[in-house]
Amino acid sequence: METTMDCCDDMRSLVTSRRAVLLGGASFAAWAYLPKFARGADGRDPRLVIVILRGALDGLATVAPIGDPDYAGLHGSIALSSSGPNAALPLDNFFSLHPVMSEFSRMYREKKAAVIHAVATPYRDRSHFDGQDVLESGFAGPGRVQSGWLNRALEGLPRGERVTSALAVGPTTPLVLRGTAPTVGWAPVALPQAAEDTAMRLLELYQHRDAALASALKQGLALDKAARGDDMKPKPGAGGVAAMRLVARGAAKLMAADDGPRIGALAFDGWDTHANEGGAVGRLAQLLSGLDGALAEFERGLGPRWRDTVIVVATEFGRTARINGTQGTDHGTGTVALLAGGAVNGGRVIADWPGLKATSLYQGRDLAPTTDLRAVMKGMLKDQFGLAERVLAESVFPDSAAVKPMQGLVS
Amino acid sequence: MARDSQAALVALNRFGFGARGGASGDFLNAASDPRGFVKAELGRSNGVLLEVPGLQSTPALGKAVFDYQFEIQQARDAAAKSAAPPAAGEGTSPRPEAKGQRRNPSLNGIAMEMAPKEPQARPAENSGAMASAETMQPNVPKLSPPPLNIIQKTFRAEALARLQRAVITDGGFAERLVVFWSNHFCISASKGGPARMWAGSFEREAIRPHVLGRFGDMLRAVEQHPAMLFFLDNQQSLGPDSRAGKNRNRGLNENLAREILELHTLGVGGGYSQDDVTALANIITGWTYAGRLGRLGAPGSFVFNANAHQPGAQRVMGKIYDAPGVAQGEAVLADIARHPSTAKFIAAKFARHFVADDPPPALVARLADVFTRTDGDLKALAVALVDSDEAWKAPLSKMRSPYEFLIAAGRLLVQIPNDPGRYLGGLNVLGQPLWSPAGPNGFPDGNAAWASPEGMKLRLDISAQIASRLAEGIDPRDLLELVAADAASPETRRTIERAESRQQALALLLMSPEFQRR
Repeated sequence: METTMDCCDDMRSLVTSRRAVLLGGASFAAWAYLPKFARGADGRDPRLVIVILRGALDGLATVAPIGDPDYAGLHGSIALSSSGPNAALPLDNFFSLHPVMSEFSRMYREKKAAVIHAVATPYRDRSHFDGQDVLESGFAGPGRVQSGWLNRALEGLPRGERVTSALAVGPTTPLVLRGTAPTVGWAPVALPQAAEDTAMRLLELYQHRDAALASALKQGLALDKAARGDDMKPKPGAGGVAAMRLVARGAAKLMAADDGPRIGALAFDGWDTHANEGGAVGRLAQLLSGLDGALAEFERGLGPRWRDTVIVVATEFGRTARINGTQGTDHGTGTVALLAGGAVNGGRVIADWPGLKATSLYQGRDLAPTTDLRAVMKGMLKDQFGLAERVLAESVFPDSAAVKPMQGLVS
Repeated sequence: MARDSQAALVALNRFGFGARGGASGDFLNAASDPRGFVKAELGRSNGVLLEVPGLQSTPALGKAVFDYQFEIQQARDAAAKSAAPPAAGEGTSPRPEAKGQRRNPSLNGIAMEMAPKEPQARPAENSGAMASAETMQPNVPKLSPPPLNIIQKTFRAEALARLQRAVITDGGFAERLVVFWSNHFCISASKGGPARMWAGSFEREAIRPHVLGRFGDMLRAVEQHPAMLFFLDNQQSLGPDSRAGKNRNRGLNENLAREILELHTLGVGGGYSQDDVTALANIITGWTYAGRLGRLGAPGSFVFNANAHQPGAQRVMGKIYDAPGVAQGEAVLADIARHPSTAKFIAAKFARHFVADDPPPALVARLADVFTRTDGDLKALAVALVDSDEAWKAPLSKMRSPYEFLIAAGRLLVQIPNDPGRYLGGLNVLGQPLWSPAGPNGFPDGNAAWASPEGMKLRLDISAQIASRLAEGIDPRDLLELVAADAASPETRRTIERAESRQQALALLLMSPEFQRR
């Protein structure tokens, strides 16, 4: 008990001090974690942003393997199509992008965006929490790790003469950025209301267990909507499309500053699409348009720094290849990672495509992962910041020597 | 000993403030000996006292608030005289910049740009909760808040002491008893400066020492406390035939007398009449506190002002009281404390608070009997409740009050406050501002009040805010074990396990029936 209390008091003072750093006025200049080559002869001053999509993104609905003969049958009514009013945006003659992602599509055509498909962390089970632990800790399995790979990468950087801290966007630092290297925190003004998805899950629990609370909550939600007047207006919660842009705009502005953080991490919730996932339109489409807008905000807000930027969008795992009985998908394995930014060697879908035949699916359910997400992260850290392979294999992603950094992600 | 998880839920939630997080082992301890777990805190009467360095006695606080208000008044008078524009209210001269408030203009610029274009639909959402704007970016540049005045400082210090005690205390039964009795004999801090100043010391001095003692002693301590005298206007009440009453054109105020009979002892329908109210009001004329100048005694202390006291004998509930001075009122209080109506009223309220909105009549009768037999021994009353079968068999149907909910969340998440702001904000949002009920009948104690539609929606928002701030680094599945272990319903377990993020899972856990009901 005693130590836990201490831990939490520390936690609070940490929050305060992070805020103090951010609001203190002087600058981010507090610690030496900037690569020596920054502003070197070639003028490169790299930026890296990690965007975590919590809830397990349906990679097959985001970058659809329309050329795979089994795709349409498996994804059924929510499958994307290359024709019709909401036709998917072709990336090559096999993969097409979700139609709401016009900005990413443009970046892709400009060769400033890339897709890695059939990718997964080493985690092979289906718990969001454990999956997020693996994704963010950089360890091979879930556990009680209290630091993230991005923080350890920061520690592994050569100390330069200039100084900066990494930026954690949101009310708390996500695990990926927690650790001994310093971070600063920032969150947009809008306090999160409970997301509609959370309310719906709670309502369902109440309907099974507590009729009185179900009735009260149902009325409370209805009253709230009526008071707002417009059901479709995005809420300020993390899942809202407008909120995603807002978060990205603020983070970009902070990271664009000359003495701003070079590395940032943020998370968007709401990707757990068990029911009514939607296809070209619908719930997932809403979220993807928010993500697309956030990427555009980063591009605009980073200005000249966009040139040296890589944004990596990753999720804890994918979803089942076959839709379920409620027009959604369940927890799966293989999915996509997205790269965007002026530094990306893009215009490519990088995939060792396993195919969607019944016999090719992982456990008969999921897109089989053929690429380890750590290879992507390692390649990007190596190219972007010059981190040594040994550091990547030992401290950033422990025990990952067998997973080689992916080559050529950065141009 | 066999583990009984359902009984552990009762021990922790019905009788306490919920299991603490960390390595407290509360659930296991409660499961292995539920009754013993609950009773453990009753053995230490002193443990109910709240003695914290820096918290002062009621007279000391009274002197401070009288002096403060006097200064304000003088400043106002001076300002009015010179016809200058009045100084800022409450004597708080706002300083434009406090040190340590440097801000980065560029960041503020961003913040401004990021601010929502439209006003918040509900200001309450931004006004606190445990996840308040404190960890967030400030929205727009604003003047640094003026320094707190002595009343605000005192209130926050008293609140902090109470909140800290509630969050760290072992099981919480003793603190729950304090809250129950404090609400039964409530004052409201919103009555004015002295009430706000004394809200904490009232509870520390008049409630806590008697929570495991005698009802009659608590009754007398409460009715003679300056905070209660101020709250129910008794310091203004003058006996019509008293020296002061004859000299000044003022007279009797029945407020305190009525609430003593209606709310504090006999209850509505407890057998008293308007004549009894008037007689008691006469009897307690002169019960007041000394003012700033200390003519009657130390400023801020209870005094009997013979000049204001209605002379002569009075009849209350059929009995003549003719003792002189303060003893007259004390004799009435002693008698009505052991009146059968009081026993019934208290027993029903006690059972309603701890067991069910409609408590089992047999339980109420038994508690009333214990109250009568022991001459209002409140420890015996509490023990009788814990020893009853009804208290352990009744379904967990009561909704946690906002205070119980926020404290339970703080305990589970080991959030020992070093600033009361988050908790106070959350209580305001959820409609239970600390020590500030809307009337002298205290905060409501039924499900209808707390499980309202708007209340549920606000609880959900607050749970989500708490979760967004605190869920990183914890595993909600582990927390569910601490909260309910195998007494958790399969549906709750599944809902938490399937949540898409720790944040969502924690919000759902805090809203689960296992956490909301007691």
